[in-house]
Amino acid sequence: MLEREKVVDNSLSEKGSINKPKPVKHNAAIATILSIIFAGFGQIYNRRFFKGIIFIILEIAFIISCGDFINLGIWGIRTLGTIQGVDHSIFLLVYGLISIILLVFVVAFYILNVKDARKQATLIAQGWEPPRLRESIRIGYDRSFVYWLTVPGFALLIFTVLLPLLFAISLAFTNYDLYNSPPKNLLDWVGIDNFTQLITVPIWKDTFFSVFSWTIIWTLVATSLQIILGLFLALLANDSRIKFKKLIRTILILPWAVPGFVSILIFAAMFNNDFGTINRDIIIPLFGGDGIPWLSDPLYTRIVLIVIQTWLGYPFIFALFSGVLQSVSKDWYEAAEVDGATRWQKFRNITLPHVLFATAPLLIIQYTTNFNNFNVIYLFNEGGPAVQGQNAGGTDILISWVYKLTFETNNYSMAAAISLIIGLLVSIFAIFQFRRTSSFKQEGKI
Amino acid sequence: MNSKMKSNLEVAGIYLIFAFMAVIIIYPIVWAIGMSLNSSTSFYSSTIIPENWSLVHYKWLFTDPNSDYLLWYKNSMIVSGCSAVFSVIMTSLVAYAFSRYNFVGKKTGLYTFLILQMFPAMMAMVALYILLNLVGLLDTLTGLILIYVGGQIPFNAWLVKGYLDTIPRELDESAKIDGAGHMTIFLRIIIPLAKPILAVVALFNFMTPLFDFLLPSIILQSSDNYTLALGLFNFINDQFSNNFTRFAAGAILIAAPVSVLYLFLQRYLITGLTAGGTKG
Repeated sequence: MLEREKVVDNSLSEKGSINKPKPVKHNAAIATILSIIFAGFGQIYNRRFFKGIIFIILEIAFIISCGDFINLGIWGIRTLGTIQGVDHSIFLLVYGLISIILLVFVVAFYILNVKDARKQATLIAQGWEPPRLRESIRIGYDRSFVYWLTVPGFALLIFTVLLPLLFAISLAFTNYDLYNSPPKNLLDWVGIDNFTQLITVPIWKDTFFSVFSWTIIWTLVATSLQIILGLFLALLANDSRIKFKKLIRTILILPWAVPGFVSILIFAAMFNNDFGTINRDIIIPLFGGDGIPWLSDPLYTRIVLIVIQTWLGYPFIFALFSGVLQSVSKDWYEAAEVDGATRWQKFRNITLPHVLFATAPLLIIQYTTNFNNFNVIYLFNEGGPAVQGQNAGGTDILISWVYKLTFETNNYSMAAAISLIIGLLVSIFAIFQFRRTSSFKQEGKI
Repeated sequence: MNSKMKSNLEVAGIYLIFAFMAVIIIYPIVWAIGMSLNSSTSFYSSTIIPENWSLVHYKWLFTDPNSDYLLWYKNSMIVSGCSAVFSVIMTSLVAYAFSRYNFVGKKTGLYTFLILQMFPAMMAMVALYILLNLVGLLDTLTGLILIYVGGQIPFNAWLVKGYLDTIPRELDESAKIDGAGHMTIFLRIIIPLAKPILAVVALFNFMTPLFDFLLPSIILQSSDNYTLALGLFNFINDQFSNNFTRFAAGAILIAAPVSVLYLFLQRYLITGLTAGGTKG
């Protein structure tokens, strides 16, 4: 029982043993310096032989196995290769990034090692007796358990998220495109050239500003429309005079239930200029003429895209608001009625603040999602129709433009540069949102 | 009398709006179903309600030697299934650590998750393509699954951590006193109590790969490895007017069960989302 408590709260047990004063000649500074010289030396000096030997083995193993690699990587990321045709800049860049990540971990481990040696040396000098080997292994397991929990997740995260992100950011500062690509050519660091090109070279400038402004219009209009429609329908469906509420709700939520990918492709066929049902069965019979060029005129395509996104996106808002509306207390409305409030006043001063307050973070997410809503833009008309004088389609948003630059014209550096701009814009939004969420605030307090 | 009349008119107006919405919602769905039942493969002869309907396209999907539909279905199930299972395992381990332990780098880790969440995964698509190519995982389902599982960790770890924080710590502490080890507490106490949120994580990570188009289109290249979304897209991308009816049939086969599932589960999803998003 007593032992277990020791295990549970290890720091307490350390403090507990100090109480027996048995001063020993032991210098914390020596332990610190030794452990800086080589991981584990300090621990050996502290007579923690098992731990010390493990640390020494770890460091030797690391130097033997990764030393050359890190050397190569650091050289590689600095120069991106020097011999044309032999050095592969992209490999070197990746090695370099991996080396940097490895080094960060090694430095963290080293700092821990020094801190550990110093702390224990100080304790020993005060008369603390280190636990026996068996006991310390148990304590070690106990303390390190949490790392075993997180290591698989973190390792995966580093290789599938962190490394690609760092890699993409690095690419934005190189000159990697179809004509200058390894292994035939070497890449170079070009600083912010890609960004300056983006706002100075006419074709890039025109494309960038037209795509950027459409992205903003698209995000604001499509998202706001889906929120307004969702709210409007939720208010109507919440009306006490309406019957068949369950049926109405189910129908209104249908577009959410159908996979968006399928709906978008169906819409693409429906709006097809030649054989789509919209032109053939609705526009031409009603208004005559040859139908509307939905997919070949940028303006019409943009309008249709916004309508489709509204169709796809409102049900989620509707479901969300329906839930919140039911939680608004009836008393407030009754009190307002007593005061003679009009319906608009009740909506403006009771319903709207309540609903918006409860759902603000989710509504902000809607905006950021649409900002990067690749699926609708690309699947509907592949960002088209093509527009003269720019290298993106008439309805391309930033993210679909990046896709095209990467996979159609192989202009990797420029794609990475634009990605970086997207990332910065989205993070501004996201920071704003996360500052409001509760878990963030709680964590900040720890 | 006057006010009652006004009220009745209003109600009628509301029903009219709902009727209008119903038409807009149902028209594309009915049209797609009609297409899939159309016996000819051509668009031009088709009307909304086909004159001579048949199941020929459904049959083609399953029986024709040229059809890869079942293969895509299998691939999709492998990707979605693995992604759901591994996501739940990884996420619950990480979330448990963040919820219950104090360790070096805990705060840094949480902040890193937040920052990583902000950057859209698509930002790194150039890099993913090149990196997977480097390690030889391009055009494999394994590569795709790894990226799904890794990419979901930041968001879902926060989601699950938030839920685990609401499970009283007294439970694991009393188990600890009774002699339960770390793993026992995790498997016997935390996991059973966290089932609802883990179910949400599993559902999200099953559905996302199922209808994702972008990532598979970057990673998968040979038609043998296509997932459903990619395969169906290529159906209509190759020769639009020829294969749309087949696309409609294939899409309905997968969309129908999913839609039904969503209609049943939407209430729980909404509750889960609002609980996480509005608690503060």
